[in-house]
Amino acid sequence: MEHTLRAYDEDLDAITAELARMGGLAEAEVADSIRAIARRNVALAQTVISRDAGLDAMEMDIERKAIRLIALRQPVADDLRRTVAAMKVSMNLERIGDLAKNIAKRAIVIAQSEPVTPLTASIERMGELVTSRLKDVLDALSSREVERAVAVWSLDHEVDEHYDTIFRELLTYMMGDPRTITACAHLLFVAKNLERIGDHATNIAEILHYEITGVELTDERPKSDALQRHDS
Amino acid sequence: MNALAPAPADTSVAAIDKSTVKLDVQNLDFFYGRNQALKGVSIPFAANSVTSLIGPSGCGKSTLLRALNRMYALYPGQKATGKIIFDGEDILKPGVDLAMLRAKIGMVFQKPTPFPMSIHDNVAFGVRLYETLGKADMAGRVEESLRRAALWDEVKDKLHTSGLGLSGGQQQRLCVARCIAVKPEILLLDEPTSALDPISSAKLEETVTQLKADYTIVIVTHNLGQAARLSKFTGFMYLGELVEFGETEGMFTHPLTTRASDYITGRFG
Amino acid sequence: MTVSQTRVIQRKITNLVFVGFCFAVTAIALTALALILYSLVSQGLGGLNLDIFTKDTPAAGSPGGLLNAIIGSILMSGLGMVIAVTIGILAGTWLAEYAGMSRYGVVIRFLNDVLLSAPSILVGLFVYEILVHPFKSFSGIAGAVALALLAAPVITRTTEDVLKLQPIALRESGFALGTPVWTVIRTILWRGSTSGLLTGALLAFARISGETAPLLFTALNNQFRSFDMTSPMASLPAVIYQDALTPYPDLNKLAWAGALLIAASVLMITIIARILSTEQKRS
Repeated sequence: MEHTLRAYDEDLDAITAELARMGGLAEAEVADSIRAIARRNVALAQTVISRDAGLDAMEMDIERKAIRLIALRQPVADDLRRTVAAMKVSMNLERIGDLAKNIAKRAIVIAQSEPVTPLTASIERMGELVTSRLKDVLDALSSREVERAVAVWSLDHEVDEHYDTIFRELLTYMMGDPRTITACAHLLFVAKNLERIGDHATNIAEILHYEITGVELTDERPKSDALQRHDS
Repeated sequence: MNALAPAPADTSVAAIDKSTVKLDVQNLDFFYGRNQALKGVSIPFAANSVTSLIGPSGCGKSTLLRALNRMYALYPGQKATGKIIFDGEDILKPGVDLAMLRAKIGMVFQKPTPFPMSIHDNVAFGVRLYETLGKADMAGRVEESLRRAALWDEVKDKLHTSGLGLSGGQQQRLCVARCIAVKPEILLLDEPTSALDPISSAKLEETVTQLKADYTIVIVTHNLGQAARLSKFTGFMYLGELVEFGETEGMFTHPLTTRASDYITGRFG
Repeated sequence: MTVSQTRVIQRKITNLVFVGFCFAVTAIALTALALILYSLVSQGLGGLNLDIFTKDTPAAGSPGGLLNAIIGSILMSGLGMVIAVTIGILAGTWLAEYAGMSRYGVVIRFLNDVLLSAPSILVGLFVYEILVHPFKSFSGIAGAVALALLAAPVITRTTEDVLKLQPIALRESGFALGTPVWTVIRTILWRGSTSGLLTGALLAFARISGETAPLLFTALNNQFRSFDMTSPMASLPAVIYQDALTPYPDLNKLAWAGALLIAASVLMITIIARILSTEQKRS
């Protein structure tokens, strides 16, 4: 149902729309930074770096709008949760942007050194996994599907496992051929960054869960009881 | 708009610890003539805390409040059925001494209603109905009550001037003082700040906050922020029914029913 | 010029006409009042002297005053007002606080309104039948009762209206303290509407102070000074009525002086009451 005061809805919708745009951009940043690594594409990497300022600006804009809404409309209940969630999600997206920017910077360095193709392929697979998690959680955000967000949240360990595998792979390479150390070190950081992007996607899932249900996701992994209460 | 559908029954009345319940309304129906204004309302009011009643105009929250001290008994044609248990006794039973009941359950109204007499006499008025105090004792009681109502400092030099000469906010706090001078156990506040400016409202809210340690307070309000600021528990009423009752924090962060949610977020048509 | 502007001008003209009409009517009423006061003062002032207050009504041609009539008027109006205020305030309170819209209340209210506009001569006749004829004597008491019967409905009506002006919340906050109904009425409602109740009493006094007809049937008149309320009694209106009809100029003059006296006393009592009620409000 709409608010009796229409301008209130307009304010809330403006924040949601801005958040959707920001999510799209963050998702593109992550995907492009991985592609820059895989294709050794310096120009793409530079695009990623230059677009990060846009994410920063969007985060500030959402924060400003949210503060204004809290001050002027005094939101409560789901409106309040929606507003606060938008602020927190935008912070996470901004961090994701920073991490993607960092990956892009490393892509430029890696492009200068000898290719370590099998490794790059592993990174790319991890990148695809993380990107799809991010996409899922952003879709859940725009369609407000709490189940989908919870799915992302409960699969966070997959990304962690991927990271551990790559870590071992990289160690093997570096010990086998010291000339790859520079590239491998950078790839290690890239993997770490991807793992952190995964964490941010999980954070967004948690925020979304609280926003929609009003209940926090607990750390125990069979976490469905809060949901069942609302489904029944 | 939520992906999650609300519970189909769409009412939620949380249970609170039985031992803390001071006043327990059970299955209360209320009639204005043939018009049923309350339908099977059950709500507990916990001791030493503030409970807010919110809801759109005509939802029955003031009616519920006026049932609690049997104010409706003044008017033929108004009738309540069900139970209101106060300290183990049903106050709706015939034969209840209304004067004694109202001495224990005080009420403050929407508009300030100082009596046409001095500030001192206003506060002493109710006391004189039940106790015979000497001049000094009465002065002490008046001062204590005015202090508790956070009005003493403003009126201590003009106790013998008319209560009608005070500002609206002061008049309302005078009414609170008059009420607590009788030493009631329960305070009923019917939209006590709706006629006051923001500063006077804030002062009255502070008074209520000070009083809740010693009284069971029930407040009807249209000001949702006030309900959120003051009360520990909140009941949301709609069309004569109690739709949702629970801790105020829960009500204002994630109400469990669509109706309550729509109302407090301003989506009420 | 657009349509809306013609409308505005039309509205202004209508307004002007209406305001002008109001002024004209007020002017007519004020002129009448001024003329009455003028003739009263110009004719009455000449007759005013110390004798008025010290001597009784004379026979034609001899000097005299109005003392017996003044005493009679004060006694009868005073007793009448005491009776009327007692009955009127209690009845008005009953109508406002207890009767509500009950059938009994509605009937009483209607009858009171009928009495309010009853011709005073009928009231005089009625009292004649119950207090003069059975006792075979005109009396000051009968006069006082007749006056009371005229004043009581006015006081009843104003008392009810004034009490109903008190907010319901005021009553309820009295009851909310556990106060008995009678105490709420006495200590809260009456006290809160003192100036209104006083106004009602004044209106009633103003109504009876000039009444002649009922007194002619009840107290009759008396050429001599008397404090005995069981026998016929003089009164200002009756003396004015009697003396004004005589062909003797000195008696006519006395009548004018009496009329001025009544007007002045009503004015004075009104002013005093106003001062008292505003002072009471201020404290």
